[in-house]
Amino acid sequence: MGRYVIRRLLQMIPVFIGTTFLIFFMVYALGDPVAAMFGDRAPDPATAAQIRRDLNLDKPLWQQYVLYMGNIFTGDFGRAFNGQPVLDLMRNAWPITVRLALLAVLFEMVIGVALGVVSGLRRGRAVDTGVLFVTLVVISVPTFVTGYVLQYLLGVKWGWVKPAVSSEAPWNELVLPAVVLALVSLAYTTRLTRTSVAENARADYVRTAVAKGLPRRRITVRHLLRNSLIPVVTFLGIDIGNLMGGAIVTERIFNIQGVGYQLWQGVLRQNAPTVVGFVTVLVIVYLLANLLVDVLYAVLDPRIRYA
Amino acid sequence: MRRATRASWTACVVCAALAATGCGSDSGDGGGSSGDGGDDIVTAQWGDPQNPLEPANVNEVQGGKVLKLITRGLVVYDPETAEPQNMLAESIESDDQQNWTVKVKKGHRFSNGEPVTSKSFVDAWNYAANIKNQQVNSSFFRYIDGYDEVHPTDAGAQPSAQKLSGLKVVDDRTFTVKLSQKLSIWPDTLGYPAFAPLPQAFFDNHDAYLDKPIGNGPYKIDSYSKGSSMKLVRNEKYKGDDKPQNDGIELKVYTDQNTAYTDLQAGNLDVSDELPAGQLANAESDLGDRFINQEAGIIQTLAFPLYDKGWGGDDKADLRRGVSMAIDREAITEQIYNDTRIPAKDWTSPVIGEKGGFDDTICGDLCEYDPKQARKLIEDAGGFPGGRLTISSNVDTGSHKEWMDAVCNSINKTLDKENACVVNPVGTFADFRSQVVDREFTGPFRSGWQMDYPLIENFLAPTYYTGASSNDGEYSNKKFDDLVDQANAAEDTAAAVEKYKDAERLLAEDVPAIPLWYQNGIAGHSDRVSDVMLDPFSVPNYPAIRVD
Repeated sequence: MGRYVIRRLLQMIPVFIGTTFLIFFMVYALGDPVAAMFGDRAPDPATAAQIRRDLNLDKPLWQQYVLYMGNIFTGDFGRAFNGQPVLDLMRNAWPITVRLALLAVLFEMVIGVALGVVSGLRRGRAVDTGVLFVTLVVISVPTFVTGYVLQYLLGVKWGWVKPAVSSEAPWNELVLPAVVLALVSLAYTTRLTRTSVAENARADYVRTAVAKGLPRRRITVRHLLRNSLIPVVTFLGIDIGNLMGGAIVTERIFNIQGVGYQLWQGVLRQNAPTVVGFVTVLVIVYLLANLLVDVLYAVLDPRIRYA
Repeated sequence: MRRATRASWTACVVCAALAATGCGSDSGDGGGSSGDGGDDIVTAQWGDPQNPLEPANVNEVQGGKVLKLITRGLVVYDPETAEPQNMLAESIESDDQQNWTVKVKKGHRFSNGEPVTSKSFVDAWNYAANIKNQQVNSSFFRYIDGYDEVHPTDAGAQPSAQKLSGLKVVDDRTFTVKLSQKLSIWPDTLGYPAFAPLPQAFFDNHDAYLDKPIGNGPYKIDSYSKGSSMKLVRNEKYKGDDKPQNDGIELKVYTDQNTAYTDLQAGNLDVSDELPAGQLANAESDLGDRFINQEAGIIQTLAFPLYDKGWGGDDKADLRRGVSMAIDREAITEQIYNDTRIPAKDWTSPVIGEKGGFDDTICGDLCEYDPKQARKLIEDAGGFPGGRLTISSNVDTGSHKEWMDAVCNSINKTLDKENACVVNPVGTFADFRSQVVDREFTGPFRSGWQMDYPLIENFLAPTYYTGASSNDGEYSNKKFDDLVDQANAAEDTAAAVEKYKDAERLLAEDVPAIPLWYQNGIAGHSDRVSDVMLDPFSVPNYPAIRVD
């Protein structure tokens, strides 16, 4: 197991270099950011040249990339064009997004899996049909619609919560955004769990367990659920990355200054250090989440062994 | 127009006061929560500034809001009339319009206790002009003698001097300025934030300054959490007349205008100065008299690429004229912008006033919708170059896609053709500006101008003078340049304005760009605050806001 993890970690290095280069290349392809810094005025060539030189924009692309990566390994992520160190921006944005994503994953795991087990065990009955119908509706409504509707109803109409999250973004204010963010994935988790549970409920080992006279609760949790969770874990693992990088819609609706907002702002201003910095961390998160999923397989299913 | 706006203003204040007393208890709950910590703190909408918060490095409105709160220059513009008035300057005098003597008022201090002296200005301006400091607004100092030495124009050139030779400190409260040419309106330009003084602390510890800028304005920065909010409190050392009527301002970054609007309705935000375009139709009924629609110094024009053979040249002036007359400005401003934009009648803005050079007769027929005449002009000129007119603009802000579609519709209808005019939407402002600067457009493109200071000069010289920094269509007319030069050298402002207007009349003949509409400032406020108004730059006049 230990060797497997080390091998996977080593494999991450080329993946990491490749993805960061792609991102760097794409942000570069957006064009020259310097003209926009001057607003509606044409940049005077001398100042523009000076800025380009300072940001290494006058060098060939590969050299810029090497310089940038060199800085990253010394912990310097560069500065956004408004002079704020990208590291500072990350320090502010990441904790907020991580809180939001954790809450969302929590909702998915607890509510999604519970609903899935309940409907999977009662396949074909009213509960099951109801869950299937509701999840279908949730999946087909885009996130920004649920976001705006819930924000208007709970925030403006009934005044239960503040419609926008304050800049400190404490846990309690993030509950509504996390629900909105989690809803679609929650529906998928429910459906995945339901199918998996329904299938395994007729498996031989469950019949054996029932024949042995094990209590119903133990059969469901220890035997049935554990074997049914593999596809769900795969989905959740990938979803963690999605929730962090893809929270941009939810973050905009609820005015959360997290990773999504910084990325959006960076792309709009063609601000390479911000975009590449944030995406680099996102890439790491994705890679680690994937590794975690693979390791969890072995924990869930003893038949899976890594050498 | 001006008088009408003001009258409705008074009405607004009265209504707001009535509304506040009428439902006082109700609004108290919603608003109270936003003022956490402070007593009468006003929360206001903000966006992340684009550049570092140095006075000469801020050229967009979000950073400008902060500078307006924490700095004051030699001159300020009256928030209602836009008229320049001396603020820190006791006097700015010259016998020849070229050598100026500035006397600084006594007793003004920065929020860290340092006195504001003549050195605070001279040091700040030297810093701003020096190319090594990469200030995006350094061109504002180009009229000062010695600018070419500290700011060579060639890319890669090194400055041959570190300080502007035209600036001399005489004593603590006096300094002299030698300009490289006569410029009668020079003192009136000094209200632009780039001319603000800087404390010694700026130079001693630059990083600390950027972390938490220090100024001499009515407010000082209490805390700044980058990318999300800035809290400002009253600067007790401020001696100006416009002392704050509230205890402080909290600027909150909103990632989405719709969210800000929702927060405004829920009472969590007091002042929003960027209402989403989609809500303009509802805003008036949602907010009632808390909705502000006020003239601002912004004009949108459509510039022609005169560097392109198809559009440049004198013989093409009638073609350009035809395009202008094919646009139904009235209908577009009413239907797309709900009358928050006014069809333009000249190349300036009504906020500068008739005394300042605004004249709604200058554009004349050129700005009138006349499909018959337009069609004749375009057909006589042989139609559009390449048979097609392509309009370009960035579409990430300001509902630009919508008006471009409408303008094209109007032109297509005039010519009775399906695709005579097509729209070329550009994804981001950054990309759009790069393409403009590289002269890549071969059809007319959007050219917006938000004034830096409320003078007619600012609407004409930077945009239409030969080789000027925002002359993106490369318009060049010797007569126009001469008139601007004469205006700059005129004895007084009134004489200068007349010359500028003569120059502007040439634009109506040559049509290098067609005026579309004047853009109003739009804002809304909660019922917790009153006396909210926008200044001529469409920025809320924060110090005057009262918390009820």
